[in-house]
Order: sequence, then structure tokens, then C-alpha cells
Amino acid sequence: MAKSRMDLHYEIPADDFARAGEASSSVKKILVQLGIDPVRIKKAAISMYEAEINAVIHGGGGNAEVTIDADKIVIRIIDSGPGIEDLELAMQEGYTTATDEIREMGFGAGMGLPNMKRYADELDIQTEKGKGTVVTIVVYFHQQG
Amino acid sequence: MGEYFHSVTLDEAKCKGCTNCIKRCPTEAIRVRHGKARIINERCIDCGECIRICPYHAKKAITDDLSVINGYKYRIALPAPSLYSQFKPVYGRNRILNAFFRIGFDDVYEVARAAEYVSDATRKLLSEEGIRKPLISSACPAIVRLIQVRFPNLIDNLVRLESPMEVAAKMAKKKAVEKKGIDPSDIGVFFITPCAAKATSVKAPYENKTSSVDGVISIKSIYLKLLANLEKADESKQLAKAGFEGLRWANSGGEGLAVGTDNFLAVDGIHNVISIFEAVENDKLEGIDFIEALACTGGCLGGPLTVENVYVAKSRLKQHVEEAKAVQKGRRRKLEPYDESIVWTGEIVYKPVLKLDTDIEKAMKKLEALEKIYSGLPGLDCGACGAPSCRALAEDIVRGIAYETDCIFKLREKVRDLAAQMKELEEKTPPTMS
Ligand SMILES: Nc1ncnc2c1ncn2[C@@H]1O[C@H](COP(=O)(O)OP(=O)(O)OP(=O)(O)O)[C@@H](O)[C@H]1O
Ligand code: SF4
Ligand SMILES: [Mg+2]
Repeated sequence: MAKSRMDLHYEIPADDFARAGEASSSVKKILVQLGIDPVRIKKAAISMYEAEINAVIHGGGGNAEVTIDADKIVIRIIDSGPGIEDLELAMQEGYTTATDEIREMGFGAGMGLPNMKRYADELDIQTEKGKGTVVTIVVYFHQQG
Repeated sequence: MGEYFHSVTLDEAKCKGCTNCIKRCPTEAIRVRHGKARIINERCIDCGECIRICPYHAKKAITDDLSVINGYKYRIALPAPSLYSQFKPVYGRNRILNAFFRIGFDDVYEVARAAEYVSDATRKLLSEEGIRKPLISSACPAIVRLIQVRFPNLIDNLVRLESPMEVAAKMAKKKAVEKKGIDPSDIGVFFITPCAAKATSVKAPYENKTSSVDGVISIKSIYLKLLANLEKADESKQLAKAGFEGLRWANSGGEGLAVGTDNFLAVDGIHNVISIFEAVENDKLEGIDFIEALACTGGCLGGPLTVENVYVAKSRLKQHVEEAKAVQKGRRRKLEPYDESIVWTGEIVYKPVLKLDTDIEKAMKKLEALEKIYSGLPGLDCGACGAPSCRALAEDIVRGIAYETDCIFKLREKVRDLAAQMKELEEKTPPTMS
């Protein structure tokens, strides 16, 4: 039997904080309707939310491309912003380049990337200075291994 | 009672099909069909929002009539802490409690007393090593059900203790048996409720659990009878035993204060609760040990089956609390020892009511269809189709309980197309005639 899969596409507007998080909350709703294990939904929703917010705040907006099949969800958050200078440093808890303004809005604790690492089953970040960043998150719906 | 008994029901005759309620429902549990509201049973959490919002009073709560007590020889009233401030402040707590004797009861046991035990046990839970935080109060049954249908990841955060109502029922029965020597089968205990949610939790308890309460009588239905007896009630019996911390449970923030941790958060109003729970689920709420969450705005004083305005009631409660505080000289009441029966042993399971299909492949097909239908809808969320939003209509269509033409815009499109087709056909003349 051919396995079905779903492809979803969302735009992530730059600097629009009112709409930031819309894509991940739509995906969350979809996973609930598919009857995915709530613990897995949480993993996918939080890691996608963090990547989405980063694209809004640091990446100048971009796109989310999401593929869902019976076993897993693959989330790609793509922006053509400034890229991440030092990825290793950025992955550390508490590291942030967020401005005071952003911090006043409740972001910029430097926890986004560490949270992605914690919740995603697989995390891949391709980034190039001046070109942009592609974050790929995979969350499996069933216990692996 | 079946799994899906609900106290909240519809009075068909009064419903005008106005769609006010469908938008207010926090679990999208109401649809309007054939001009009448319908409650989707498995989604309803009995929060009472629809009772409050319905301009025609067509949503009602099923509770027991006072005559339910006639089935028992020894009748004990369990007044909710929210009862006292329904009456004018000239009536003290003891007088209100004594009035129960005049309307057919043999004893009263204040639920506020039981609330003190629950507070004490919660305090102990909070100090336990490895306990999952934030702990979320399980006292409001609408909140427990909200978690069951919308926040499954928070099920393990719920306080595993019986609610003050259940604890009061057990303690009152035990006391009657031990102190008065009454046969347990002759004892009936009746909760005097501010809400429908409590009635449901008695008639259809959460999984694997039975209630110790024998009947639920609404504050609203008993109010006038009590009022008529307040003047004559004799106050000689000292029935007001609960301490101020138990009384405060009636108000939002009261349980949190009684539990006494510095890091508690009290949230009231079902829609506010949802925002807070979303934050907890997304790990966005830090440093909170305990969450008191109440479905009603203002806490139980704002319950849909109370009579007094919630803000008036709040100000009155303060007086009852101050009086009790004075008696206790501001100190916490010393509690008698209590036993294991306060621990909640029932199972709370996730109810995936939003799932489209148990087979994921099928669910994906339906979801695809849903997205397609949704993208063709106007996105106005007008409610004229009887569903709370365009997305909900799309969902209903794939579930097979609604049609695309339920949307008046879609219907109009169809009619326009048909008209165009008719015109086209009309212009055609049969070949024999041309
Ligand atoms: N898409 C991106 N484009 C450019 N820089 C990024 C991007 N994502 C992350 N960064 C850089 O990495 C840093 C750390 O990111 P991280 O998400 O961990 O923390 P934050 O966004 O600063 O704060 P928080 O996520 O806690 O609100 C950011 O401050 C930013 O400098
Ligand atoms: S807040 Fe109180 S009155 Fe309102 S539903 Fe919950 S328990 Fe009932
Ligand atoms: Mg971030």
C-alpha cells in the first residue's frame, strides 16, 4: 500500500510578533487531529515553535515546509537572513544576540536552539553567513530503537 | 449513568438557534442544527459558559430536586464554601447552616472544612521529592475534563487528591456512623452546588471512580427556601466549624493561599485557564509550583448556579473570612488526623475527541480533504452554518455531519452557478425548431 504523506507550507512573516507561532500552532492542531501521541506532539510543537520564532526575530522571516507521514514529521524552517555566525556558540544555553527590545517582549533567553536540540529526535542546521539558515527537525511518532 | 452524562443540557423549547453559545464554548462542543443548539457530548466539559451566555436561558444544568433527600433517613447537607456569601451579611455563617435543619436536613458538614484537609495534603505533596511541577489543582471538575480533552500532557500534573466535596462526603458519613451510630445505608449526603460541573462529577465520575455524594442540589434552587428560614433559624448549635482558609476556597486565589507556597499562580475563567495551560504545555511558564485553575470567572463565587453577583459575593466572603480569622486569632486551624481515603485513586485518561480517525492513514486522507474544503470557505467564521468557525465546519464536513452548502456563501455560489446554467439551457432552442 502506498503510504500517504502530507505536505504543508507556511509563510513566516518577518518581525510580525502577533503572528509569530501561527505555523507551529497550526501544525500542532493537525497532529492532534491525526491522533498522534501527545508527548510526540509536544516535542514537535515546541521545537518547531522555537525555529519559527528564530526565523521571525533573527532570520528576517521565511518559510516552513512540513512533511507528515504515518511515522514521522519533518519540519524545515528556511530563512534567507544573516545566518548564524558561530553555530557552536549559538547552541549553548543562554547565548543570545537579541536586542533589549526583543528581550522586553519575552524572547532572547538564549534557550531556543538548546530547546530544539532537547525536543527534536533529529536536528540539522545548515547556515551560511549572509545567505540564511535552514533548520530541519525530525520527530518520530513512535518510540525509536 | 453513562460515560457521557452531562449536567449541562439544552432546553429545546427556549433555544432560538442564535449561535451565541457556539462561539463561546472552549471545546467547540456546540453546533446549531435545524435551528436548535446541539451539544457534542464527548467534548462537553460542563464548564457552564453556555449557561451564562445564552440570552434565552435555554442552557440549563440538571441537578437534583430537594426532594431527593426523602430517600434517606439521615440527611446531611454539604454546603459549598460559595454558599455563605449568597446571603446578606447580617446573616452569619452559623445561622445559614442552622437553616438547613428547618428544610429537612439532620446535619450539615461544611465543604470548607474538607478544603482545609485537601490544602494540608496538597502542601505535603508539594514538599515531596520528585513531584511533577507545577502541580495543578483538581478541585474544579471542569478543569480536570478540560485537561482530559485538550491538555493530555498535563494529566500527570494534576493533584491526586479527592476534591473537598468528596472528602466532605466521606468525612460526614464516617462521623454520622461513628458518633451517632447511624446505619450507613440510611445516610444520604447532599452537595449544595454552585455549578453543573460538580453535578456531573457526581453523576458521571471520572474513570474507575465512584462518588460518595448521594445527590447534588443547586444553590439557586435552594436559595429561597433557606432565605425564608434564616430569620427563624436558631443559632444555638455551633455548626460553623471551618477555618478561614477553607472558606477562602470559594474565591479565586483562595486555594493557592491555603496551600501556602510562594510560587503559586491562580487563574480563573476557562479561557484564561486555557492560555495558562498552553504556556505550561509549551514550557513557557517557569518557577511556578502550584496552579489553582478555576473554570468560572471569580472562582466558585462566579459559578453558574449561584444567585448573587460575583463581585458582591466576593466582598461578603471577606466578612465571613475576617470573622473566622478573628476566632482563630489569625492562625491556621489545627486539623484532626485524616486517613488515606483523601488520596484520589481513579484513573484520568486522555480523551482524543479531536482525532479524525483511529487509523492514521485514513486520518491523513480526511485531513487533506479538510484542508481543501477549508481553503474554499470564506474564512469569516460567521457561525451561520451552525459551526463555531469555518475550520470547524470543514472538520464537520469530513466527519460526515455537515455539508459544504451549510455555508451560506457556498450555497449562494451554487445557486448562482445553477442560475447561469438554467439561463444557458433556456437560450438553447431544440434543433427541430431552429
Ligand atoms: N535563523 C537564525 N538566523 C540568524 N541567527 C540566528 C537564527 N537562529 C538563531 N540565531 C542566533 O543564535 C542565537 C541563539 O538562538 P536561540 O534561539 O538559542 O536564542 P534566542 O533566540 O536568542 O533566545 P530565545 O530563543 O530563548 O528567545 C540567537 O540570539 C541568534 O544570534
Ligand atoms: S470554578 Fe467552581 S463553580 Fe465554577 S465550575 Fe469549577 S468548581 Fe464549579
Ligand atoms: Mg530563539
